[in-house]
Amino acid sequence: MKYVVGTKGVTRIQHPGLPHRPSNSRKSAVTVGLTFLSAIAILLLSMFVAISLGAKGLTLETVWAAIFQYNPALTPHQIIHELRLPRVLAAVIIGAAFAVAGALMQGITRNPLADTGILGINAGATFVVALSFAFWPGLPYGWIMFLSFMGAVLGTLLIFLLGMAAPGGLNSIRLTVAGAVIAAMFTSLSTGIAIYFDLSQDLAFWYAGGFGGIEWRHLKLILPVLLVTLVLIMPLARRVSLMSLGEEVAINLGINLRWTRFLALAAVVVLAGVSVSAVGSIGFVGLVIPHISRKLVGVDYRLIIPMSSLLGAILLVLADLGSRIVNPPEELAVGIMVAFVGVPFFLYLARKERRAL
Amino acid sequence: MNFNTPSRGKRSIIVSITLLCIAIAVIVISLNTGTIRLSPVAVLQTLLGNGSSDDQIVLFDYRLPRILVTVLAGAGLGIAGAALQGITRNPLADPGILGLHAGAAFGLMVFVSLSFTMDGSVALLIPLFAFAGSVAAALIIMLLSYDRHNGVSPIKLILVGIAVAAGFHALTLYLSLRLDEDTYSFAARWLAGSVWGRDWIHVQALLPWVVLCISYIWSRSKTLDAFNLGDAAATSIGTPVRSQRIILLLCAVALSAVSVSMAGGIGFIGLAAPHLARRLVGPMHRHLIPAAGLIGMVILVTADTIGRTIFQPNAIPAGVVVAAIGAPYFLYLLVRSK
Repeated sequence: MKYVVGTKGVTRIQHPGLPHRPSNSRKSAVTVGLTFLSAIAILLLSMFVAISLGAKGLTLETVWAAIFQYNPALTPHQIIHELRLPRVLAAVIIGAAFAVAGALMQGITRNPLADTGILGINAGATFVVALSFAFWPGLPYGWIMFLSFMGAVLGTLLIFLLGMAAPGGLNSIRLTVAGAVIAAMFTSLSTGIAIYFDLSQDLAFWYAGGFGGIEWRHLKLILPVLLVTLVLIMPLARRVSLMSLGEEVAINLGINLRWTRFLALAAVVVLAGVSVSAVGSIGFVGLVIPHISRKLVGVDYRLIIPMSSLLGAILLVLADLGSRIVNPPEELAVGIMVAFVGVPFFLYLARKERRAL
Repeated sequence: MNFNTPSRGKRSIIVSITLLCIAIAVIVISLNTGTIRLSPVAVLQTLLGNGSSDDQIVLFDYRLPRILVTVLAGAGLGIAGAALQGITRNPLADPGILGLHAGAAFGLMVFVSLSFTMDGSVALLIPLFAFAGSVAAALIIMLLSYDRHNGVSPIKLILVGIAVAAGFHALTLYLSLRLDEDTYSFAARWLAGSVWGRDWIHVQALLPWVVLCISYIWSRSKTLDAFNLGDAAATSIGTPVRSQRIILLLCAVALSAVSVSMAGGIGFIGLAAPHLARRLVGPMHRHLIPAAGLIGMVILVTADTIGRTIFQPNAIPAGVVVAAIGAPYFLYLLVRSK
């Protein structure tokens, strides 16, 4: 097996031996523990706030009662149970899924700018949704979800196929490039379809994302899949940490690169594909959250992955809350809300870091 | 450095002449085709001033300005891409990555959101707004990636570019979701790179920019070659790295901004044309730049012709055609290369 480590682009973006600042790499167990505890506390708090605030303001007492002593006869209880609760739960699990997918991508490609958009997942999903809008208009939400997941798989399958065709398999930089090109292709094909069939704005609405359409029956589908995947990838975390130190290091330590990469990519497709198909394409969560997690808990992916899932959940719960209360009764697309927060933060990161992120 | 120059030089001249012939052939074919077909002879006669008045109207008022805009914008995007890849030392840099397209799109959305009509002379302001948008994006990117100690560092430029692009995308999306359907589909078409309804005034606006920027960038080929060696080496052979990088960057930005403002946000040419050119004539910018410009020209004129003829009655924007054909080829290259 041949692996190109010293390709210009990779070494310049990140130095293989020292992926991140050494000062961040050692955190005491107490600090890490406290960080996790506060993240959990913030998540619970923001969930409660998100359930109680909205077009109809509800008191904490009602919220508490609606969750733990549900009474279907009361309207506030119904609002909470049927509308707010599924929304908030969806934001939690999907935020976690996007963030963890981003962390995995950044680990295995050793590219600090990798996120799920890069695998062609979002673009593949959008492409298939555009097709379905054009040829089978008026499909129910559940079907669109299924089709867009198939689109996400399609985008990633193309990358796998390319990887198999390329001599020596896909190295990190080639994976990144292939993803970017496939994303560009699918995006422009969707644009073409949308323009030809006059569907541009419908597609834009779908793409902009939102939790408005989420109901319990959708949640029953996505929640188990995402939870199981999140738990199953934990054993991968150690290998991803080693891979993020450089491919040669990982090979010397006896890691099977191909297999690890395959498993991680498969997990990314499930996490991001399901999420995109449920709520549209929400960028920046997968890019920004892993960076923040790395700053908080160091370079070990056994800590980065759980921390990313907590922070991703917090970010999306708050972004969804913001999108609902910023201009009621209209809702701002969540993707826009996330970008408004994510972009300045990312710029701050890019400026502050002496080395490139 | 000069090992291969004589043979490379000869090769590059041959390649350039071949590309020029292809470009002319494509332009002639493009002049012939459309809703009203003109035979090559009719085209030639009309160009020489002997055509029927109908042919003259079709050719001079509709087809020729459109094709000239395509030609100039294609060359502009190809060369801007080559320059950006040289400046950033990143073979993946293109004007789209640096957020210039996103800025132009935002400018267009602002225009569309403000005004209620797209007919008549107001429409002439569209390129202006798009240009202002992409220059604004470029300025923000440069300010944020400027560092007192190192000037504009290539990596920071790309990082900041990605973030600024995402920010502008979000703003554009925000504005676009509030538009009515007709206005939105007009804007979407334009953003996807459709060269529809271009007038002589657009050619006149485009020409001086393209000529000036291209000649300056070409005259600085040696500097671009030196950038490839890395900053330290480039400085040690006497290249004023910091000042040259900013001037060349400004040129590339102006070139792609003006191209995008006239032809819409066409991706992929800035990425693919320099790559193809590098395969044909090697990495020396003296050879690379003309080849990249010609390739960009051929790609865009072909894509525009395909887009407006094959998918009648609804035309497909050239940008879509470029990506739909360009991407598979690019993937093929990626798999083949070692």
